[in-house]
Amino acid sequence: MKVALFITCLGDVLFPEVGKATVAVLERLGHEVVFPRDQTCCGQMHTNTGYQHDAAGLVRHHVEVFERVLADGCEAVVAPSGSCVGSVRHQHAALARREGDEALAVRAEAVAARTFELSELLVDVLGVTDVGAAYPHRVTYHPTCHSLRLLGVGDRPLRLLRAVRGIDLVELPAADSCCGFGGTFSIKNADTSTAMLADKMSSVLATRAEVVTAGDASCLMHIGGGLSRLRTGVRPVHLAEILASTT
Amino acid sequence: MTAREEILSRIRGALGDTPSRPDVPRTHRQQGVHRPGTPELVRQLIDRLEDYRATVVRVAAEDDDAIGQAIADALTVRGIGQVVAPPGVPRAWTGRLADVVVDEASIDARTLDRIPAVVTGSVVAIAETGTIVLDGATVCGRRAITLVPDTHVCVVRAMHVVQTVPEGLQRVDPRRALTFVSGPSATSDIELDRVEGVHGPRTLIVVVAG
Amino acid sequence: MSTFLGMPGVPVRGPAADTAVGHLTGDRPFPAAARDSLADTQLRRNLAHATSTIRAKRAAVVTEVPDWEALRDAGSAIKADTMARLPELLEQLEANVVARGGTVHWARDAAEANRIVTDLVRATGADEVVKVKSMATQEIGLNEALEAVGVTAHETDLAELIVQLGHDRPSHILVPAIHRGRAEIREIFALEMPGVDPSLTDEPAVLAAAARTHLRQVFLRARVAVSGANFGVAETGTLTVVESEGNGRMCLTLPETLITVMGIEKVVPSWRDLEVFLQLLPRSSTGERMNPYTSTWTGVTPGDGPQEFHLVLLDNGRTRALADDLGRTALHCIRCSACLNVCPVYERTGGHAYGSTYPGPIGAILTPLLTGLTGGDDPNDSLPYASTLCGACYDVCPVKINIPEILVQLRAEHTEAHADRHRLPTAEAAAMKAVAWSMADPARFARAGRAAALARHGIRRGKPLLPLPPPLNGWTASRDAPRPSAESFRDWWARTRGPSS
Ligand code: SF4
Repeated sequence: MKVALFITCLGDVLFPEVGKATVAVLERLGHEVVFPRDQTCCGQMHTNTGYQHDAAGLVRHHVEVFERVLADGCEAVVAPSGSCVGSVRHQHAALARREGDEALAVRAEAVAARTFELSELLVDVLGVTDVGAAYPHRVTYHPTCHSLRLLGVGDRPLRLLRAVRGIDLVELPAADSCCGFGGTFSIKNADTSTAMLADKMSSVLATRAEVVTAGDASCLMHIGGGLSRLRTGVRPVHLAEILASTT
Repeated sequence: MTAREEILSRIRGALGDTPSRPDVPRTHRQQGVHRPGTPELVRQLIDRLEDYRATVVRVAAEDDDAIGQAIADALTVRGIGQVVAPPGVPRAWTGRLADVVVDEASIDARTLDRIPAVVTGSVVAIAETGTIVLDGATVCGRRAITLVPDTHVCVVRAMHVVQTVPEGLQRVDPRRALTFVSGPSATSDIELDRVEGVHGPRTLIVVVAG
Repeated sequence: MSTFLGMPGVPVRGPAADTAVGHLTGDRPFPAAARDSLADTQLRRNLAHATSTIRAKRAAVVTEVPDWEALRDAGSAIKADTMARLPELLEQLEANVVARGGTVHWARDAAEANRIVTDLVRATGADEVVKVKSMATQEIGLNEALEAVGVTAHETDLAELIVQLGHDRPSHILVPAIHRGRAEIREIFALEMPGVDPSLTDEPAVLAAAARTHLRQVFLRARVAVSGANFGVAETGTLTVVESEGNGRMCLTLPETLITVMGIEKVVPSWRDLEVFLQLLPRSSTGERMNPYTSTWTGVTPGDGPQEFHLVLLDNGRTRALADDLGRTALHCIRCSACLNVCPVYERTGGHAYGSTYPGPIGAILTPLLTGLTGGDDPNDSLPYASTLCGACYDVCPVKINIPEILVQLRAEHTEAHADRHRLPTAEAAAMKAVAWSMADPARFARAGRAAALARHGIRRGKPLLPLPPPLNGWTASRDAPRPSAESFRDWWARTRGPSS
């Protein structure tokens, strides 16, 4: 299958390894990955911070870029981010409608219908749970809020992780509670965000895992930023990176 | 403009000219799988009531004498000799009790506060939620008598036990003053832990007959 | 009915309603108020314990209902239908209440509602009233209004009593004293409850018994009661109070006069609709299959209960919320408090940080919808941001209010209200615009990415070499900053794979 990679703005600039890992997993499974160079950002930060007019231009751009590749032989768009896929699927059309652009809304819905978060693409579209990975580490999985509730990815990431050879997967206590990131919430309400982060870190530390993983680089950046500040020795590693690993 | 006119006018303005009305899906259960009064429902009702810390007494037949005996036994072990009862309660239910005050409008709340118990019937009971409905009819009495005394003995006839909330509501007349009772009074206000027994009767004894 | 040519809807964006009356606006923005709550260790412990207890109970009793999702769908649609024909339903409710011997009053705002109630109480000659826990009367500040005319209001719900005796404010919709632990409650009772046995313990059963003894005399002598209502059935004129302790029944039954204050959104079309809400509400709120007592009454029942009944229908900002297409759905709320109990923000800050009678996720949308978003420095302008948009509230809401979506919408209303009022954009707005500008074009975005990569040299061991200006220092106060990668993904792709697509 020919799949277009939506790298996300954060992934492009801060976490290119996540994108490389996504490419590696898909190519190992025999799929072709294309990277539409014109892509930028889904506009989620703008939308969620109250700048819908500014986001509207980004939505339009995103729709134009990805409908072009979908028309050009790509069967699906994949992003290693539950949150950005959530924005594409649940915000783009609504935002276009609020801006009074029904035509754009319809086009956004068409793109959204073929956009998948990585675990969704692997399990639902490509029908695999064993991607041939090996990762001999003690790992705990945080199901990020947007993957869990907005997309409803359920246990797909866990099914993928359970099939990884050598992994010691431990359940995270209070897994479904939010890590406190929330985009600009982490800055506007830094104290509350930190209180939530503290509890999430206690849960992670209670597992005695060496690696905490998730399907969203943004939440991992948050949890990892806290774990690193406290020098806990626990590393954040994106789900895609574990699935790409073969040693 | 009166407040009434102004509020109605604001609402109409807020809604615009043709507010769209959604279709209301009612695909939830309108009735249970068990017919009213079946043993399964009686068992479920008892289970729910006991979960609420109500005391349940089972009387095999819908026989007023047997009910009266059960009521007398339940009150005697608690040392209660006096009850108030609405005029519609069968005399056999209270016949074995020493001191029965038949309710009348002139009995005020302070007097009720000195009577330790009340005996009433009920109109319908909902098994799934452990709910008994009182409707102010002569077997249930006015609302004050089932509220002020500290012990409420309530007779539920098995044939009045339905499975679901919709079935229960269909069987009562909303124009009467209704009280839905699910266990003794309780509170979760302290640390969200449930404690039974606050202002309403602290003891609820349910006699399930039939 | 003639064609309506009435006033246009009042928009959510605009000047605040009169904040002097009632309890819808706090004195500080959420982040500042939250900082204090977060530092209160006893509060944190109490909240964590109470919310986790109730979450587990709710989950257990919801799972056992096979048609829970069908009930949620029905509840949501009944409320949407209600809003669409609110005028006719209110008129129908009024007609039925009047036909059964009640009197109906209409109140545009808190001040008018308080005036109506205080006049009614004074006309009876009573100098005290007993109150059933009611959000509407808390919202309008009725107790203070009664006190101003020399009438004592006795809160009779245990949690409200704890709050009243503790000279405190409610912090939760269902359990207003959720921020207090049993030891604190014992202290309050020992100090403030007239005639209490000073040796009482902190056993919840003992504390509940003390409240019973204390209030029993009040119930027996009270001539006037004030209540709210959970539902008002238009078709029959029936009002409903859902409660647990029996204090509601006392108030609704023993006094001679009953005054019920009900928000206009609490009407439901038909008796049959209660079959949905009486299943959704108790399981969502206290996590019980059914609450101990539900009372329904229609006007006056001869020989049974109060022989004088007044219903006060309250607007107080509800028509403002109704004018917002999306925000309107916040009026569907049945005040179960499930969204508070699952909210990770509420669980840590508690209700006082929201400054309003309505805290938690529902408060973060309902409060600004009622009072308006000013785009200025009104504390309620901060409420739509008091959420990570984690979505837990939407999952549990029995009437499926999409709280995260409304929060996002209100954030847009807020920034636009600010732009309406100010000639200069905020620093944030300017930054957002700049970022959007650079992201709207791939070449600009690539250049910005390379510029960001240079910033990596400014970060050592997770900390910036130069302190970040506010608000960005909010991040680095507790978390290390990520170092931008030396090579962006797109540059890596171009280098290793050549130009694609
Ligand atoms: S918004 Fe929904 S969950 Fe929250 S209190 Fe209202 S009805 Fe309950």
